Amino acid sequence: MIARSPDWRIAGRLARHTILILTAAFALLPFLWMVSLSLKPPEEIFQADFHLWPTTFHGIENYRVALTAAPMFRFLLNGLLVCAAIFALQLLVCIPCAYALAKLRFHGRDTLFSAVLVGLLLPHQALAIPHFVLLNVFGLLDTYAALILPWAISTFGIFLLRQFFRSIPDEIIHAARLDGLGEFEIIWRIMIPMTAPALAAFGIFSVVAHWNDLFWPLIAVRREEVSTPALGILLFRDDEAGQFLGPLMAGAVIIVAPLLLAFLIAQRRFIDGLAVTNMK
Amino acid sequence: MAEIELRHIEKSYGETAVVKDVSLSIRDGEFLTLVGPSGCGKSTLLRIIAGLEAQDSGEVVVGGRCVDDKRPKERDVAMVFQSYALYPHFSVFDNLALPLRTRRLSFAQRLPFVGRAWPGRSDVENAIRAEIAETASMLDIAHLLHRKPGQLSGGQRQRVALGRAMVRHPAVFLMDEPLSNLDAKLRVQMRGEIMALHRRLGVTFVYVTHDQAEAMTMSDRVAVMTAGELLQVGQPEQLYRDPQDLRVAEMIGSPKINVVSCADWTSLGASLPPGVHRSTTHLAFRPEAVGIAAPGDRRLSGIVSTVENLGSDIFLNVALADGCGTVVVRTHPDGSRSEPGRPVGLQIDPGCLLQFDGAGMRQGQTEQVEVAA
Repeated sequence: MIARSPDWRIAGRLARHTILILTAAFALLPFLWMVSLSLKPPEEIFQADFHLWPTTFHGIENYRVALTAAPMFRFLLNGLLVCAAIFALQLLVCIPCAYALAKLRFHGRDTLFSAVLVGLLLPHQALAIPHFVLLNVFGLLDTYAALILPWAISTFGIFLLRQFFRSIPDEIIHAARLDGLGEFEIIWRIMIPMTAPALAAFGIFSVVAHWNDLFWPLIAVRREEVSTPALGILLFRDDEAGQFLGPLMAGAVIIVAPLLLAFLIAQRRFIDGLAVTNMK
Repeated sequence: MAEIELRHIEKSYGETAVVKDVSLSIRDGEFLTLVGPSGCGKSTLLRIIAGLEAQDSGEVVVGGRCVDDKRPKERDVAMVFQSYALYPHFSVFDNLALPLRTRRLSFAQRLPFVGRAWPGRSDVENAIRAEIAETASMLDIAHLLHRKPGQLSGGQRQRVALGRAMVRHPAVFLMDEPLSNLDAKLRVQMRGEIMALHRRLGVTFVYVTHDQAEAMTMSDRVAVMTAGELLQVGQPEQLYRDPQDLRVAEMIGSPKINVVSCADWTSLGASLPPGVHRSTTHLAFRPEAVGIAAPGDRRLSGIVSTVENLGSDIFLNVALADGCGTVVVRTHPDGSRSEPGRPVGLQIDPGCLLQFDGAGMRQGQTEQVEVAA
C-alpha cells in the first residue's frame, strides 16, 4: 500500500517523523546522558570522545556508592512522606474551598475568588522568607512540618478544581440536596467521583513539583534525616575533582525513577478517566 | 397528604424581580401546571417550593405546615429535572437507592468505608433492594438497574429520574420541564405515562412547562405566569374559553388567538360587532370562531396569504389590509378551498369574541354587563 502511494506523501511523512524524532531527542538527550554517565567510571566521564554506552561498565559501583554513601532510601521515603502529606493537605483544603467558590452563593464570593487569583500570581520564592521567619517563630525549622506546611494551601489547586466543579450542572447538586445529602456528602459522593480525572491531574502537578523541589528544602531543612531526594543528592556534589559525578548521576536516576514509574501507571488511568467524564 | 399554599412569594436576583407577589393554593392530589415563556419565573417558583432557593418574602406552606425554615430534604418533596440530573458515576440502582439510603441509614452507617460494615446496614439494604425492584418493575426499568446513566437512552433516563423521585413516596412531586429533552413522539408517550402515574400515586404534582399543549392536556388546573406574575389559574378549558388577561389568551391555544385592535377594525372599514364595551381596545377570537364569507358588507376582510392543511383541519392565514396583521381561520377540509391571493371576508361569531382593554384586562363579560344593566 505504501509503495503505491505518491512519492511526495512518503517525503511528507519522512519530514514529519524527522521533526518529531529530533524534538523527542532534544528532550530525551539530557536524560539519556544522565543514565549514560551513571554507568561510567570517573576517568571515562571526562574523556574527550563520547560513547553513549560505557567502554568499561562501572554502573554497579556507581549505584552501590549512590545507595550506600548516603541514606538514599531514607531520602526516597522522606520524599514519599512529604509529597503524600502535601497532596493530602492540599486536597483537604482545596476541595471544600473550590466547592464553595464554584457552587455556593454567599456575599464576597467573587472578591474571595479574586484573592485566589492574586495568590496564583505570587511566585513561591517571594514567600520563602516570610515562611522561613514564620516557621522559625513556631520552632518548626528543620522538621517535616517545615517541608509540608508552606504548601498545604494551593491556590492553583483551588483555581483548577473550582473550574472543574463549575462544569458540573447545578441540577445534579439540587437533586443531591433533595435526595438528602449534606454539603460534605455532596462533595464526597458526587463532586469528587465526578471530577476524579481533575484530581488526578492536580495530583500529578503537585507531586512532581514537590518531589523535584530543591529550592524550598534547601532553605527549610539541613538534617539528613528529613532531607528529600532532591536535597539528599547534593551530598554527592564534589567541587574538586568530579570524583562523585558517576554516583551523583546514579542517585539522580534513582530519584527520578519512582516518578517516571508512577507517571506511566497514572497516565493510563488519567486518559481512561478523561474518557469516562466525557461520556456523560 | 399535602396541599401547597404559596403566600405572597417574592424573589429577585439583584435588581431583577423574577417572582412578583405570587399567591397560589394547590389542592391535595391535584395536577397543577405552571406554564409561561422561558424566564417567567416558573422554575424559580418550583425551586422555592422545593427549598432549593429561598424566597425574599412570603410563605410556603406544605401539608398545613410552614416549611420556610426547612431544608429541601425535610420538605417531603421530590423533583424531576429537565436534564434528569442523574448521578453519572452511580449505576441506575445506586441512583434510585441514594434517597432511601440517606433517609434510612444512620450517620455512622453512611460514613465512607466504615459505614459498609456498620451493624444493621445489611437489613436496611435488603429492604431498599426490594423497594427498588418494585419501583423499577412499575417503570419497566428493572433490566437496566446495573447500567450507568451514560448507557441509557433519553427515555430510559427519564424513567430513572421518575423512579428516583417515586421511590421514597414523597407527598409532592415537582417536575421542571421533564419532557423537553425528548423527541416529539416519546414526549407524547411520556405525557400519558406521567398522567397515569399521577392517577396511580394520587399525590400532588406541580409541573412546570413552557409548552401550552402539555399544560392543556395533562393538568387538572393550569397557572399561567409571565414576567414573574401569576396571571390566571384555572382549568384548561376555562383558560381557553375565558381568559382574564390578553397574555393568557395569547399563550393558551394553538394556533394563537387572533387579536385585532378596535382602531384597526374601524380603519379597515368594518363595523364593530354589537356589545363592544366602551373601554375595550382589543378584540380577540379563536381561529375556530371565524368563518369565511364574501368580502364587503362592513365585514373585516383581507387576502389569503398561506394555506396550511393539517388533514383534519385547514388553517388559512388571512392578511388584513394596511399591515394590520393576520388572522388565522380554521376551516373544515370538506368545505370550499381557498387559494392564496384570494380576497375573503371574515364572519366572526359574536358569542366567541373576547374583549380586552388597553392594559390587557378582560372587558364586557356577562357579569359586568349585568352589573351595568
